[in-house]
Amino acid sequence: MSEKYKDQYATHLKKAKGLGSAHEGTDHWMKQKITAILNIPLVLWFVWSIVSLQGASHAQFVTWQAQPTNAVLMIMLIISVMYHAKLGAQVITEDYISAEWFKMLKLIGQKIFFLALGIMCIFCVLKIAFTAGI
Amino acid sequence: MSDTTNKVQRPLSPHLQVYKLPLTGLMSISHRITGAGLVVGTLLIAAYLIAAATSETHYNTVMSIATSKPGQIIMFLWSFALYFHMFNGIRHMFWDTGRFLQKAQAMRTNYVVLLCAVVATAITWGGSTFVEFMVVLGS
Repeated sequence: MSEKYKDQYATHLKKAKGLGSAHEGTDHWMKQKITAILNIPLVLWFVWSIVSLQGASHAQFVTWQAQPTNAVLMIMLIISVMYHAKLGAQVITEDYISAEWFKMLKLIGQKIFFLALGIMCIFCVLKIAFTAGI
Repeated sequence: MSDTTNKVQRPLSPHLQVYKLPLTGLMSISHRITGAGLVVGTLLIAAYLIAAATSETHYNTVMSIATSKPGQIIMFLWSFALYFHMFNGIRHMFWDTGRFLQKAQAMRTNYVVLLCAVVATAITWGGSTFVEFMVVLGS
């Protein structure tokens, strides 16, 4: 799209989108805030659960984790926390690593790491939920 | 232009290594450090879930590590880091709306964040266990 066309036809919103040094506007900030807000109740629930589950037997834990409410909350926690961590780790790498090739490599590695960790945790929750009592 | 000496004494930006960070600065970097530390916490959640989904033996191993003294201290520090990051994060949200950005307000809210984090940690672990951990950490 030519600059001339942009001036004539694009709305203010369209012009504002994609600006900033990273060309992604407030996207990263917004996602970080949304996951942060979501994390507050989920983490409070998680800490409270972990404390009350201290010393629980395997059977007790499996019974607890297989409850639909606990399974869904745990999966939501995993998604929200992993996404929030991915965004935070991204900023740290962008700030401190100056060698471009290493920065790119590390950013891709982190993305895969958090994705894999998240999938692994979700799979475990689902496995427990679907096989409990069998 | 042979004379390159500074005629005006402009204030220099303090270098990080020779600069004593004020509490607000310490809290700022601590937010990042606790954030990175909490990534390690996600590994512990993963270890717990993987063990529980694998077998009772694996679960018992992880649980015995978690309930051992070093394990409990790690859990204790983890919970404090979590609360610190949470309350400081809530302060960040207030900052994003333009509130509490004055130096004196930042200093006051530093103490609010720290107090909330300590109180929440104490509530989580119960008063006596909290004191016990503080003694262990202090020795």
